[in-house]
Amino acid sequence: MNLFSKFLSRLSEALIGFFDVFFSRLQGLIGLKNMAYIFVLPNLLIFSVFILLPVFLNFYISFTGGTNILPQDRLFVGLSNYQQIFDCDDFFKTSTCSEDIFWRAVANTAKFSIFQVSLMVLFSVMTALVLNSKVGARAFFRSVFFYPVLLSPVVVALVWRWILQRNGLLNAILMDLGLDRIVWLSESNWAFFWIIFITIWAHMGFYTLILLAGLQAIPASLYEASNIDGASRWQAFWHITLPMLMPTMLVVLILSLIRAVQTFDEVFIFTRGGPGSATTLMVQYIYETGLADLATRRFGLASAASVILGIALLIFTLIQLSLGRNSENTSG
Amino acid sequence: MIAPLKKFFGLTHGHKRWDWADILSYIYLFLGIIIMFGPVLWTVMSSFKTPGGIEEFPPTFLPLAQITIPVEGYEEPLPLFDVTFEDGSIKRLAQVRRVGPQSQLIDPENPTGELYKVSIQQRQPVRKLSFAWSNYLDPLQRFNFLRYFRNSLIVTVAATLLTLIINSMAAFALSKYQFKGRNAIFLIMLSTLMVPLSVILVPVFVVIYQIGWLNTLWGVIIPGAATPTGVFLLRQYMLTIPDDLLASARIDGASEWRIYWQIILPLAAPAMAVLAIFSVMWRWNDFLWPFLVLSKNELFTLQVGLNSFQGELNTDWNYILAMTVLTLLPITLVFAVLQLFITSGIATTGIK
Repeated sequence: MNLFSKFLSRLSEALIGFFDVFFSRLQGLIGLKNMAYIFVLPNLLIFSVFILLPVFLNFYISFTGGTNILPQDRLFVGLSNYQQIFDCDDFFKTSTCSEDIFWRAVANTAKFSIFQVSLMVLFSVMTALVLNSKVGARAFFRSVFFYPVLLSPVVVALVWRWILQRNGLLNAILMDLGLDRIVWLSESNWAFFWIIFITIWAHMGFYTLILLAGLQAIPASLYEASNIDGASRWQAFWHITLPMLMPTMLVVLILSLIRAVQTFDEVFIFTRGGPGSATTLMVQYIYETGLADLATRRFGLASAASVILGIALLIFTLIQLSLGRNSENTSG
Repeated sequence: MIAPLKKFFGLTHGHKRWDWADILSYIYLFLGIIIMFGPVLWTVMSSFKTPGGIEEFPPTFLPLAQITIPVEGYEEPLPLFDVTFEDGSIKRLAQVRRVGPQSQLIDPENPTGELYKVSIQQRQPVRKLSFAWSNYLDPLQRFNFLRYFRNSLIVTVAATLLTLIINSMAAFALSKYQFKGRNAIFLIMLSTLMVPLSVILVPVFVVIYQIGWLNTLWGVIIPGAATPTGVFLLRQYMLTIPDDLLASARIDGASEWRIYWQIILPLAAPAMAVLAIFSVMWRWNDFLWPFLVLSKNELFTLQVGLNSFQGELNTDWNYILAMTVLTLLPITLVFAVLQLFITSGIATTGIK
């Protein structure tokens, strides 16, 4: 054991020494100040190739057609992908669009985001308030609500599929109460309810923690003062807690909205977008149009849809940034 | 009885008595335990059920299996039932066969004696607690499960090491040097925090295809290593390290590499630890990226393998559940050990 640790420390010294010789030479060659470029280089390289380049490539691919993968082989088709997406007789009826699944996915995503985000913020705030009151074993309860955040989307989807299956726990409880069995994921409305439910279940712990930190940052002296003034607990909540928590709540709202709009893996594994296309969301549309079926890859169309999704996300982000600035101004 | 309970929960809200708000709080929290922990616990218990137990409806919480006993004159062991007769007496009998709603049973002590014919409503299976370890062992042999596990391990470890090294190098440059383009680089990195993978699915696939990394673990490990989140986190931390330390090391003749390795890294260890834990969680749980890059079964990570499992074995829930438990186990253990560290880390940094 001792020998082993000695060996390890020797090895690491040798490694440092080796790198040191190499980097010292380099430093002598280009000068101390330019070493900064060497340090950012690996990160910047990976980052440029896999994040920055794809952002620009996305725009380009959205203006091309055909099924070739390599951008240089692709046919420039101008705006025709966008035209195909926006080719609708009546924008309020998805069935009149030539790319009707896209619009159904947009409608589903909008509906999903509105319900999921508002309910999740509601439950996160409630949980944070309860955890912030002087309950015992607080660290334990905090971990309880946080635990599902750590589960992978595959695990989340499978755990709930098992509970909701035909002969599952929930149906057993229903029948025990004298109700009829429901095949949850085969009925559009129920399937939609459950994708909202499981995504809230899986993510609310994260937002609860952020809100809890926001609550704990409210100075206790405010409550003491209101207590002396004879304010009721409700008044203290309404006039101190809520306004002081508002900035954190807005951050949570926008963050969860940005997440909700790009929901994919949990729902995809949970329902595969079904029944029919009842729970197909935008990213699943992009995935299925562009990447799922090797024979009919429609990269151009998928990229155009991504650009539209990206613009929507950008708008939310800009709102978040301006809100952040406003709250900084008002709170001094 | 009440007093120690009160002591455990503490007197709340600074009041001397419990009031409705405290009671509601505890009801809420205990419902929370059931809803948040319950499903996972249910999954773990179910994963030990035999295929017969999995099919059973209504399901039981504990993994119970019906007792079967060998009976003279029958090749297969027979299942045991408790039969309630009209006169209210109960006998423990072994079922020979079932004909529609009627069950035919014999006394296992006296196999050649009377054949009892009763309605299936009159019999209750005799069961005992039994753990079907084969749910865990079979997939290890029959499927590529160990390989998935190995792939996940390789990806998680390699990607976390790479992330730590290149993110800390970049953070060092961005926090401790003045150089042309520094602000531009930093701004571009920050702005791409807003570019999620879901928006660039198609071009990322194209880039990986062009490099030739489709169906390689490199294609999973490298692209996500340059996380803007990690650089940002480490940079904020390194800004608090005094510049004088660097200056005096330079006077002593240390090279920039030595300064990075022997001064900056040890001092930034707390932030590195936070990033390491996040990176392990991201990589272990990651589904979308490996799902895009890997289409060969022998390269699958656990998450992708589990997903393909549930497609192939749609009805073999006993295997699917066992694999689900094995997949969630490592992260659960990490959380059990580091829970305070993780929750307070998230509350202060706001990243996930």
